[in-house]
Amino acid sequence: MTALTLGFDLLLAAGLVWLGWQALFLPRRFAAVVHFMAFNLLMALVWVRLEAPDIALAEAAIGAGVTGALLLTALGRLPSAAAVGSHPQQWHRYWRYPAIFAACVGAGWLAWGVQRLPRPGLAAEVTAELDATGVSHAVTAVLLNIRALDTLLEVAVMLGAVMLVWSLGPALRPFAPATSLPGLPALSRLLHPLFLLVPTYLLWRGAHAPGGAFPAGAVLGAGGILLLLADRVGWMQQPRFKTLLRLLLVAGLALFLAVGLGGLLLTGTFLAIPQALAKSAILAVEVATALSIALMLMALYLYGEPGR
Amino acid sequence: MSLYYAVVAALLCGMAVIGLFRTDDLLRRILALNVLASATFLLLVTLARTDSGIDPVPHVMVLTGIVVAVSTTAAALGLTIRAHERRHEESQ
Amino acid sequence: MTEWHEALSHLLIVAGALFFLTGSLGFIRFPDVFTRLHALTKADNLGLGLLCSGLALQAGGLAEAAKIMLVWLLVLLASGIGATLVASTADACGIRPWQNRTGASREARREPHE
Repeated sequence: MTALTLGFDLLLAAGLVWLGWQALFLPRRFAAVVHFMAFNLLMALVWVRLEAPDIALAEAAIGAGVTGALLLTALGRLPSAAAVGSHPQQWHRYWRYPAIFAACVGAGWLAWGVQRLPRPGLAAEVTAELDATGVSHAVTAVLLNIRALDTLLEVAVMLGAVMLVWSLGPALRPFAPATSLPGLPALSRLLHPLFLLVPTYLLWRGAHAPGGAFPAGAVLGAGGILLLLADRVGWMQQPRFKTLLRLLLVAGLALFLAVGLGGLLLTGTFLAIPQALAKSAILAVEVATALSIALMLMALYLYGEPGR
Repeated sequence: MSLYYAVVAALLCGMAVIGLFRTDDLLRRILALNVLASATFLLLVTLARTDSGIDPVPHVMVLTGIVVAVSTTAAALGLTIRAHERRHEESQ
Repeated sequence: MTEWHEALSHLLIVAGALFFLTGSLGFIRFPDVFTRLHALTKADNLGLGLLCSGLALQAGGLAEAAKIMLVWLLVLLASGIGATLVASTADACGIRPWQNRTGASREARREPHE
């Protein structure tokens, strides 16, 4: 490792630690949230440095973009910290210091023990199975074929989160802007073609290079949130599209389950895709998952059920 | 280099846990949990770099984890907003 | 790739980094929202343009270079429109631009000359 890369790594790590500190301990909440968004962006750089480009793509779109939008919306609706009743409970003054000491000891022990953690290293086994999966990129193969059960459960968890958020009440009414902002619909109109092109490219690319359903769904979801901000998604609020909206939200999970049950019928094991159908099955599941993730991210941003 | 980033991850873990204790505010606790999640993902990915190539399974776990973390954050923020709304209504 | 290609690309990247540094310095030192927006959009976007040009010279083909320049175009769009949104909202919320303290005395000094 040359001096230049060492310097770059040091700079990245110092930036991460400083931004994390600011995100956790700044007295003003808005500043803490902005530092957190920058922390996620720097994290995306660290993923590139650690040779994990799929995670970098997903982190840049979801971590820095969608989480930032969710936090800022919540921040605008919470009362200021000085309001009475915003403190759930008071920690006992004397228990704080043993707790901090224990956390420091725990972190030190983790840092010392990390070199002894086992590294099973399944790279060779995955490469051996790569031809049978129907795609040529290792991460996509593991995500959608070898460990497809985890992805199925994850889409189900996301749908569960949408159900939780929607059951809390009607969608939050957006605050009226202080002045008329013609720039925002113009921005969304200008960027809309790119927000459709880039996810398609990422989806297609996922078969042979870093990309795939999750970054594509995240970018599409971020574009959808921009549209929601510019108030151009009127059809979601109308009651006659209620059924269609719910069908679209469930479509990803339903298609995934159908593929799994089809595998059960054809080969006798749930989610075992036969090799001849693997490529088209993975493509269909990827498209449905990406669209569903995008719609679910928009549904989470609404913070409540639309159309009521 | 992976050892170096693993130490950074442990440091962030400790800071996030301390941040979780030190604050009473719900929004800051959600931020602390997110930083803790990021530190755990960093730790997982540093374990994926072995001598015989890069292991894709921890990468898949982290990808799944990122999406689950954003869903959990959104649900927690929704609950926080409604809790404050209720408290505001009750106090009026 | 020829020698002067590489030298030019390094020069452009260093110049871009300098512009970023100046923009960040201006962001820290300027007194109010409007001047800070000025520093952020103008200096930082120019720095990004130089950086992207330098990287495009090192790219592996025309398609890659075009993608890198597309990044600059997108940031220009987003930062431009974002800056107008921030500025018009700040104006509507009543934030007045920072006035030079000696403005009144400068007005008084100008009148005898004209």
